[in-house]
Amino acid sequence: MTLIKANVVVQLKSAVHDPQGETIRHALEQLELGQVESVRQGKFFELTVEASSKEEAEKIVREIALRVLSNPVLEVFQVEIES
Amino acid sequence: MPRFAVCVFPGSNCEEDVQYALQNVLGEPTDLVWHKDTSLEGYDAAILPGGFAHGDYLRPGAVARFSPIMTAIQKMADEGKPVIGICNGFQMLQEAGLLPGAMLRNQTLTYICRYLHLRPEQLDSPLTSGLSEGELLRIPIGHADGNFYADDETLETLERNDRVVFRYVNAQGAREDTANPNGAANAIAGVRNERGNVLGLMPHPDRCYQEELGTADGRKLFESLIAWTKERT
Amino acid sequence: MRLEESLAAHNLTREEYDAIVGKLGREPNENELGLFSVMWSEHCSYKSSRVHLKRLPTRGPRVLQGPGENAGVVDIGHGLAAVFKVESHNHPSFIEPFQGAATGVGGIIRDIFTMGARPVALMNSLRFGPLTVPKNRRLLSGCVAGIASYGNSMGIPTLGGEVVFEDCYNLNPLVNAFCLGLASKDRIFLAKAEGEGNPVFYVGAKTGKDGIHGATMASAEFDEAAEEKRPTVQVGDPFLEKLLLEACLELMATDALVAIQDMGAAGLTCSTAEMGARGGLGIEIELNRVPQREAGMTPYEILLSESQERMLLVAKAGREAEVEAIFKKWDLDAAAIGKVTGDGLLRVLAAGKTVAEVPNRALVDEGPVYERPMKRPAYLDAVAAVELPEPTDLEETFVRMLASHTIASKHWIFEQYDHMVQSNTIVMPGGDAGVIRVKGTPMALAMCLDGNGRYTYLDPYLGGATAVAEACRNIAAVGATPVGATNCLNFGNPEKPEIMWQFARAVDGIRDACERFDVPITGGNVSFYNETEGKGIYPTPVVGVVGILEDATKRVRHYFRTDGDIVYLMGNTDEELGASEYLKLVHGRNDGSPPRLDLDTEAALQSFTREVASRGLMHSAHDLSDGGLGVAIAESLFGPLGETMGASIALETPRRADGVLFSETQSRILTSVPSASADAFLALAEEHGVPVKRIGVTGGDTLEIRVNGTSAISKNVDDLREVWWNAIEKGLLR
Repeated sequence: MTLIKANVVVQLKSAVHDPQGETIRHALEQLELGQVESVRQGKFFELTVEASSKEEAEKIVREIALRVLSNPVLEVFQVEIES
Repeated sequence: MPRFAVCVFPGSNCEEDVQYALQNVLGEPTDLVWHKDTSLEGYDAAILPGGFAHGDYLRPGAVARFSPIMTAIQKMADEGKPVIGICNGFQMLQEAGLLPGAMLRNQTLTYICRYLHLRPEQLDSPLTSGLSEGELLRIPIGHADGNFYADDETLETLERNDRVVFRYVNAQGAREDTANPNGAANAIAGVRNERGNVLGLMPHPDRCYQEELGTADGRKLFESLIAWTKERT
Repeated sequence: MRLEESLAAHNLTREEYDAIVGKLGREPNENELGLFSVMWSEHCSYKSSRVHLKRLPTRGPRVLQGPGENAGVVDIGHGLAAVFKVESHNHPSFIEPFQGAATGVGGIIRDIFTMGARPVALMNSLRFGPLTVPKNRRLLSGCVAGIASYGNSMGIPTLGGEVVFEDCYNLNPLVNAFCLGLASKDRIFLAKAEGEGNPVFYVGAKTGKDGIHGATMASAEFDEAAEEKRPTVQVGDPFLEKLLLEACLELMATDALVAIQDMGAAGLTCSTAEMGARGGLGIEIELNRVPQREAGMTPYEILLSESQERMLLVAKAGREAEVEAIFKKWDLDAAAIGKVTGDGLLRVLAAGKTVAEVPNRALVDEGPVYERPMKRPAYLDAVAAVELPEPTDLEETFVRMLASHTIASKHWIFEQYDHMVQSNTIVMPGGDAGVIRVKGTPMALAMCLDGNGRYTYLDPYLGGATAVAEACRNIAAVGATPVGATNCLNFGNPEKPEIMWQFARAVDGIRDACERFDVPITGGNVSFYNETEGKGIYPTPVVGVVGILEDATKRVRHYFRTDGDIVYLMGNTDEELGASEYLKLVHGRNDGSPPRLDLDTEAALQSFTREVASRGLMHSAHDLSDGGLGVAIAESLFGPLGETMGASIALETPRRADGVLFSETQSRILTSVPSASADAFLALAEEHGVPVKRIGVTGGDTLEIRVNGTSAISKNVDDLREVWWNAIEKGLLR
């Protein structure tokens, strides 16, 4: 068993209105920091899990992301295992 | 005589208000039940109160739904007993999959504590059975994440099957954007499950059960709940 | 580091250093220097203010605990005590508004439950520069969101307070937070160590490198470099504090606890030294047992960390398991980090080796006390009589006044605060005072915060006295009797003789008013060095007053409630436009003399108001303050749930119309009385020697104001409400 690092990004589904992202985009527009088409806000999680392989780690992290870190009604997630 | 359970999670903060309304004001035996308990045996109805269970960290209700008590809540729901989620409790029921949809941040991105007008859409629910046709309620909200979201298909099902129980309206009882405090889809403030015994609402009847607090309209919802429960026990 | 540099970094003078050497009989090591630096800082030691604060009345038949503990305690009958205090978090809020304001709230809540009380109400007093400056819009939004996040999550209603906008707070916002809790009168807990050999526990959050030297930061002026101090700002965790609150109250219900102290400014150092000093005992702690969030923290960092949500407590020997079990139930760590000793020393060990050893008393009681030089500021000589052009359009001026951000509705702010949780709020934010009922008794508690920087700038004595008078008047307006007060004194750099003079005069004003109204000061705090780049704020004493209403059903609200009531003005009106909101907003000036204050007249008005309330003779009562009679009339038209009611008012004056509308003459209350009660009301007024004048009737959907028979204002009430209701939101969206 080794300690393996995983990153999880959780974001609202593209169809779901994101008031925070929209507010940030509006602010950027007012600050005249370049032309920003859209901003989507999300959450980033850094997990360190104990697993025998990268595959096993990914399986564990996917389960966690699906069941806890995201709400499937409105969010999607991506998992990245660090080498 | 029915017995009511109010479930307490770390970070809950409206449990005593619900208990006070049911027990001290309306005289119904009501117990606070700790979230680590595993049974609601002996209770005829359960309420998940408002607050910030687990600090609302991650998402409101997201951690609470894994508490041991939630298994007992699921069981009560399956048995057809009333399970009511108020505010944070509503969010827990959504996270647990007992009620549809999810809550987004309020459109204003701020917490909103305010009295508003609420239109009961169905009068055959545990909280509305004692109301009369066309009656508007003045009830406060207090939340940062009450912007009800569901995909179009779900929304349509909810509307078609009379599962929207409360809607935000203006003083005349009509839907209007400015009367929708948080941007909720279809101005939805409360919904029920298919069977009708699990009901969640964002407004707080537990903050307006006596005139001196603003209005006593919340009392009517609790009286409905008591009557509804008594009829079924 | 050379000694001079080290002393400068620690904000200690050479004289103070020599005193330290004298007390220790040797040179202090770096850790010890750190301990003295925070404990002898202005923030912790009150070295500049102590000689003046001594003049304040702090005793009374109801006072169970005066200044010097975590909070003051007042007997409110029914076996209960009210525990309350106001405290500043100005500097942290300027550096990081959200976290600064949030942790300010967290800190004052800990002060209250440390005493064994369950917090039942919060309020705050906020001051910012004008919203035309973008930075101020961010400061306002950030502070409000921070306060909301902490108070809401804790489940404590925030009943409002005051929000003021003024140029002088541009780079120095003021964030003063107030909390009130209820305790059993005979179950008050103090921060006084007892019993040699008793274990010392550390409970709550782990220690990180947060806010190191926050206390010394609060004791220095700001400059551009302040932005760089950002990493030292603490981050609050209200969820953890909620657990800590429940666990501590549960522990207090047992008899295993000896003493308890919150770790606030100067963290572990301050709490340990103060508990030891108050008990005349020593405390020995082992830093390796302190729960730490980061690896490799030095003893210096652990001692001075200001990580939030931590408490230090002394338990009875042999009861350790009980303490640990309660904290475990709430998923919190309780670490036994040391013991009470008999030698009076704070002894700090790291891995068994002594890294600091200092007498507790030297840190806490024997700090420097300064009688700083004082000088009357030269600008006061320039205070002149006010000569003003009269406005051509009084109605337009009136509407402008309602849109002033200081006067306009603060709903954008208080709707972000949960002000209804605990279901006790019976006067909502926006009224003269917040009122909560006390379940299980027939009574209610009223509370408010008041201050006026403009008045205090132009006459510090009068400003101090008026803050007390207005706060007590607000309490009287809801029908309650003041029983105790707390103050937060926000001033500039005390090393400047002019500032020290302002401070001393303001304290005298507070003293005289408190004595006249029989309201002891039971605690509070002093915030000096509110200066950025040499520019100071107006001296701003903020006074919080708590009152009792024996019969909660008799509470009076500020808005007209019934058609056809008679509108009376209690108290006489003089033309006093100096230092007024009208003068500032319409004429762009802050000069002249603030309105006079006669303490006997004020006292008579307040006792009259209370008697009218207790006999149920009036439907509304509203204190006159910023903006005078005109604004008070307008505010009486708007209820908290959106209700509105018009009125028809006729005013007489031998002088100017703007004078009678906007004069800020003190000792006045506007009331509406049902005609059936009018005779009884007038008879009572006569008995109390309070002049009352019938000025109109309630009803309709317009506000009509005539002055000397000529129509001055004729506006639809909903239109007026619209202006007043939306002004702050509009200012923020600019």
